[in-house]
Amino acid sequence: MTPALRALRAIVTREALRFLGQRGRFLSALVRPLVWLLVFAAGFRAALGLSITPPYTTYIEYETYIVPGLCGMILLFNGMQSSLSLVYDREMGSMRLLLTAPLPRWWLLLCKLLAGTAIGVLQCYAFLLIAWIWGIRMPWLGYLTALPALVVAGLMLGALGLALSSFVKQLENFAGVMNFVIFPMFFLSSALYPLWRMQEAGDLLHDICAANPFTHAVELVRFALYVQPNLPALGWTALAAVAFLGLSLWGYDPARGMMGQRA
Amino acid sequence: MSGLSVRNVTHRYGPRTALDAVSFDVAPGRFCALLGPNGAGKSTLFALLTGLLAAPPGTIAVAGHDIRREPTRALARMGVVFQAPTLDLDLTVAQNLRYFAALQGLSDRIAAGRIDRALHRLGMAERAGERARALNGGHRRRTEIARALIHEPAVLLLDEPTVGLDAAARAAITDHVHGLAREDGLTVLWATHLTDEVRPEDDLVILHKGRVLRHATAGAVARGAPLTEVFLGLTGEAA
Repeated sequence: MTPALRALRAIVTREALRFLGQRGRFLSALVRPLVWLLVFAAGFRAALGLSITPPYTTYIEYETYIVPGLCGMILLFNGMQSSLSLVYDREMGSMRLLLTAPLPRWWLLLCKLLAGTAIGVLQCYAFLLIAWIWGIRMPWLGYLTALPALVVAGLMLGALGLALSSFVKQLENFAGVMNFVIFPMFFLSSALYPLWRMQEAGDLLHDICAANPFTHAVELVRFALYVQPNLPALGWTALAAVAFLGLSLWGYDPARGMMGQRA
Repeated sequence: MSGLSVRNVTHRYGPRTALDAVSFDVAPGRFCALLGPNGAGKSTLFALLTGLLAAPPGTIAVAGHDIRREPTRALARMGVVFQAPTLDLDLTVAQNLRYFAALQGLSDRIAAGRIDRALHRLGMAERAGERARALNGGHRRRTEIARALIHEPAVLLLDEPTVGLDAAARAAITDHVHGLAREDGLTVLWATHLTDEVRPEDDLVILHKGRVLRHATAGAVARGAPLTEVFLGLTGEAA
């Protein structure tokens, strides 16, 4: 195994151990989408009518509609949570330990991102399993084809968190950023309502939702769960991932960004 | 040269000059104390030495490797103990050490042997499975020093490693690191603002407001007077 792969394995293992060690975090990561699924969706089922739009070929219940959006929510929260832990790491010094490893900085940051994504994808599958037990079932093959979609979506949202963590100076400021990022991203997307419903509310709202990378991540997962490719969604999600990753590499560049100002 | 070489290093934060043409060398086997009051530029110098800040005008070489031209080689020859604690408190002592060894690219087999030896040397073999949170401040620091040595670096950098420790733990750690320089031939750079951690035979660099005021052995700088007085006199004069 090369030193670079050893470092990747070590970083993923550390994240996994930390995640498993924090049972509260695991539980809250699961409870949050379940509350939406079991409470919110049950209440909204009556209020919202859904027409048949791809990838659905028949009428679906609202619970079924929001499952991909809730997977997106898990990945979004997970991305923010890992970036929160990065801000914490930096204040505590363990980010310094990571960045002084004799490996290129972009690789170390990519390892962090992959580790966070792996944790997020695992949470999604735990959620899908509970949804399945609840009776919300996708085609069997869909659980397999969803994997690459979840990974791409997780990388994009993790990269967003990474970029934010490089610019947020203190833990205290982070709560504000979460409010300004998580809530608008989640609500101004196709996670809870289809885009055509948004159009009824107004063109501007629809355009904002259509431009939101989170919408594309959710649609990518939605189609993949029904074993259908959605190339535009894949393209936009991947593009956003590359842009956010570029931004975070810039933010962690020693010549600029956070590390420079604080040291 | 091997050891550590700092030549004409200057760093500015905007208009403020944090380091002004700082130069000194530390030979292998030498313990060099970097003594300066708070705000002297010690932490900035450490950030430059460890590549956390972009390579400055001037040159920094670690075991002969220029930090600008060969950053990863320079980092690989360097062990660092940061001022802020860097142990992962939720992981066990052994997990912390394994994580670091893997970041340094050591294979599992080599890492396991070295971690075992390091823990025995510290008398902490039976605590390997404990969470780092359970250790007291002195043991955490010693673990961090042991961790910084796992990849067998040539140069050991410590940024105020005794901050927050009681007198006994402070003395033990100061002795331990002096021993590492003397017996194992390590090059040690020890940043501090406490004169009692410096011994007469140590190399001494007094840093104040980003400039090197003195660079000689501590005995030669003090010339028989208590080092504390000399230090306060120098930094007071220059203030």
